[in-house]
Parts: sequence; structure tokens; C-alpha cells
Amino acid sequence: MTAPEAYFYVCALAAVGGALAVVLAKNPIRSAMGLLLLILSIAGLFLALRAQFLAAVQLIVYAGAIVVLFLFVIMLLGPAARTPSDRRGLFVRTGSGALFSLAGLAALGAVARAWSLTHRILPMPNPEPGFGGIDAFGSALFSDALVPFELSSALLMVAVVGAIAVARGRQGAKTLSRSEQEVSRTAQPVLSQDHSGVYGHELGAAAEHGAQPGERPL
Amino acid sequence: MIHVEQYVVLSALIFVIGGIGFLVRRNVLVTLMSIEVMLNATNLALVAFNRARLTPSAMQTYAGQNLTGQVFAFFIIAAEAAEVAVGLAIVLALYRLRRTVRSDEADLLRN
Repeated sequence: MTAPEAYFYVCALAAVGGALAVVLAKNPIRSAMGLLLLILSIAGLFLALRAQFLAAVQLIVYAGAIVVLFLFVIMLLGPAARTPSDRRGLFVRTGSGALFSLAGLAALGAVARAWSLTHRILPMPNPEPGFGGIDAFGSALFSDALVPFELSSALLMVAVVGAIAVARGRQGAKTLSRSEQEVSRTAQPVLSQDHSGVYGHELGAAAEHGAQPGERPL
Repeated sequence: MIHVEQYVVLSALIFVIGGIGFLVRRNVLVTLMSIEVMLNATNLALVAFNRARLTPSAMQTYAGQNLTGQVFAFFIIAAEAAEVAVGLAIVLALYRLRRTVRSDEADLLRN
């Protein structure tokens, strides 16, 4: 086994292990760690495919932003992020999963059958130097893919605004005046009931006029 | 020598694992992560096919290099970042309403 083959198989094994960890882990933190392993190994495979810029983007966007965002939400939810397993809808869920894996196996079988008939493989020619680097990628992005690139900035903008609007909930419906904002900010530690026993003696005064009725801590 | 077919088979395997996770698990967080797994698998297939088709088509003519698959994967990563941001915001809103992250208890529109 040559070195590129060993590299491929190590990365492939890590990717499959990471994907399995995402799906099988009971604790969502472990799922996020499996996702991280998958992302790192796929970035390694991108490097082997001469997509250096894409590997860097993969590390920055996925490992740096998306996995961290997942971890933020899991830690924010705390113990509620784990869902106990029960047998509700077990038949439908396992049935749909089995059906989907059957479709995947059928596709793989079709590929294997086609290969056994023709024995032709797609040649993988060596690209010229600079392929997949930031120079070539930027030129492609800003010449042929310029319109979708600009549109993707609008997409990200809309997603940011939408995420803030959805995550703030009903609080965003009414606009607070400046003084109300001050009050609600100073009262924030008291609103989370877990700490009110510890800090209650020093923040009790703020809680008296700060806690809004009907508002529940996240 | 590694062939494109090996990458594609690996990609299909990861895609199927992610799809099973999406269908079977009910934790919304794990469901979102399964979507990430599936999109990563498609990215791998796109980049592998790009590597096999280096000669430019009529569309991509820059310097004799064809980067269509990599540009596709780049846009998928951008769309996925947006998807995760909105999806996790919805998870937080669901938790605030229902105190749960189970997808089968998100039935506010039922009846």
C-alpha cells in the first residue's frame, strides 16, 4: 500500500467513524465531536483531491463556526439537550431508516455491477500547479460565479436577521424604551432562577422592578 | 492509486449514514447534525468529480482549469452556514415554547 492510499483509507475510516458517532451517540456533545472528526477528515480528503482552498474553508466555516454554534446551543440547553430514548414510533422510524439504507445499498450495487461489466475507471489526471489554490479559485469565483457569489451574501444576511428574529422570540415584538432596556439588563441574572438563591441578597432590589411578568428564562 | 470511484463510494456511504440518522433520531440537534453529514458527503463527491474532469467546459474557461465542482461545494458550505444559523434559532424557539428538543413534540400546528 502506497502512502496516498494509506492516507485515503485513514481519512475514510475517520470520516465513517465520525458519521457513525454523530448518528449513534446518545449525548449530543458526542455527536458534535463526531461531526468535528468527520469535518477534519473530509478536509484531509479535500487536500488529497487538490482543493486546498476548500479544505481551509471547510476548517474555518465548519470546525470554527458551525460545530462551535452547535456546542453553544447544546450547552445553553443543558441537560434538556439529551432526549431519553423510548419506543414511540419505533416501527416507522426504523422502517424508514431501513428503506433509505436499502436505496443506498441499491445504488452502490448498481455502481458495482456497472464496474464489473466494463472495468473502466474514471482516470484522475494530474492537474497543473495552482489548481484549487486561492488564485485559481478566486478567479473562477469572481468571473463565472460572480452572480451566485453576490447572491450568497444576501442569503447570509437574510439568515442572520432571521436567526436573530427567531431566537429572540416574543421579546422582539415590542420595542423597549431606553430605560426599560437598562432595567431588563440589570435584572438579567435574576431572571435565571438557578442563580437567584446565590446572588439573591445582592440583586434582590433589582429584581423588584426588573422582572417582567410572564417572561421565562431560557 | 486512488480512483474517483473510491471517493464516490465513500461519499455514498457517509450520505447513507447521515440519512439514516436524519430519519431515525428524534433529537432535533442530532437531526441537524445528520443534515451536515449528508451535505459533507455531497461536497466530497463534487470535489472528487471535479478532480476527474480537469478540462474546462464551455462555461469555465479560466486558465485551462475547471473548478465547477469546487465552486459548487463552496456555495453549499455558504448555504449550510445559513441553514445551521436559522435551524439552531428554531431549536431555541422550540425549546422556549415546549421545553423540549424532540422533533415529535413539535406539533403546535396540529389540529
